[in-house]
Amino acid sequence: MKAAFLQAMNSERAARRACVLVTDPVHGAQRLVLADGIAADPLHEEIETALRLGKSGMVEHDTGRYFLTVQAPPLRIVVVGAVHVSQALASIAHLLGHRVIVVDPRTAFASKERFPDADLLAQWPEEALPVVGIDRYTAFVALTHDPKIDDPGLMAALQSDCFYIGALGSRKTHAKRLERLASAGIDAERLGRIHAPIGLDIGAVSPAEIALSIMAEITAKQRKKPERPKGS
Amino acid sequence: MALASDSDILEQAEAWHRAGRGVAIATVVETWGSAPRPVGSHLVIDEEGHFLGSVSGGCVEGAVVSEAMDVIGSGTPRLLEFGVADETAWQVGLSCGGKIAVYVEKVVS
Repeated sequence: MKAAFLQAMNSERAARRACVLVTDPVHGAQRLVLADGIAADPLHEEIETALRLGKSGMVEHDTGRYFLTVQAPPLRIVVVGAVHVSQALASIAHLLGHRVIVVDPRTAFASKERFPDADLLAQWPEEALPVVGIDRYTAFVALTHDPKIDDPGLMAALQSDCFYIGALGSRKTHAKRLERLASAGIDAERLGRIHAPIGLDIGAVSPAEIALSIMAEITAKQRKKPERPKGS
Repeated sequence: MALASDSDILEQAEAWHRAGRGVAIATVVETWGSAPRPVGSHLVIDEEGHFLGSVSGGCVEGAVVSEAMDVIGSGTPRLLEFGVADETAWQVGLSCGGKIAVYVEKVVS
């Protein structure tokens, strides 16, 4: 591999842009396809499919067999609410290698002592989220239980193409939340993207267990093929 | 502590190359049956045999590292295959019964 390719792959990832390295493993020929060069590449269909699935793999083409090293930007988790569950979620996500950004305007909550593994923004979501930039490689989680903090965050997430949106609260709390967001003009299809009650149903009780169930749900959303019927 | 991800591993490869070390990148390019690490997993190796990452559950890393040292020396990439053939293959095979192909290439300026 040319050092220039390796360097470009690392810098593209840091800039949260996708790229794909195409290798002919028999002859050793290689090229790096950047995000804006995909459409012009002879393997553009295969590259687009691989990027969508986020999976590296071998592909067959008229001109031979090629290995695609897919580099999608690293997953990150944006958490609104510097609460107890968020502390555990930041630790678990850190272990999995995900970057965590915690947004909470209450400075007593959003402190480095409480969140050694996360990036903290002691701001309102409506200020912080446009700067953070919620993209398709981002999971968004609202955990404050306080509509005046959670709702603006959810509004921003629902208008983005992030791959996961979750919000803490019981079915009753969530029903009220849906009414508020609907009256703010968000349609039912978008509202359906919110996972609530949040997390996989593992009977979680403690904050750490709730964090585990949220992390598991995010991982499932990231890794599993969508809408796979049972038994197939 | 976070364990090294495939992206950290490529950053390490770049850092080692910048530091003037000979570096090879090994990548799992195909798997058949049950394989411990998915396609796309990387192992980076320097000329002294330091390595980071994995291409299996630890079963074939030793063999990949020694092949990588040759690749760093020659500059010619290699496509390696590992599987379980017989009892004696256990030392450099996959005890899980799967089969993997690993592409090993040198980082060149």
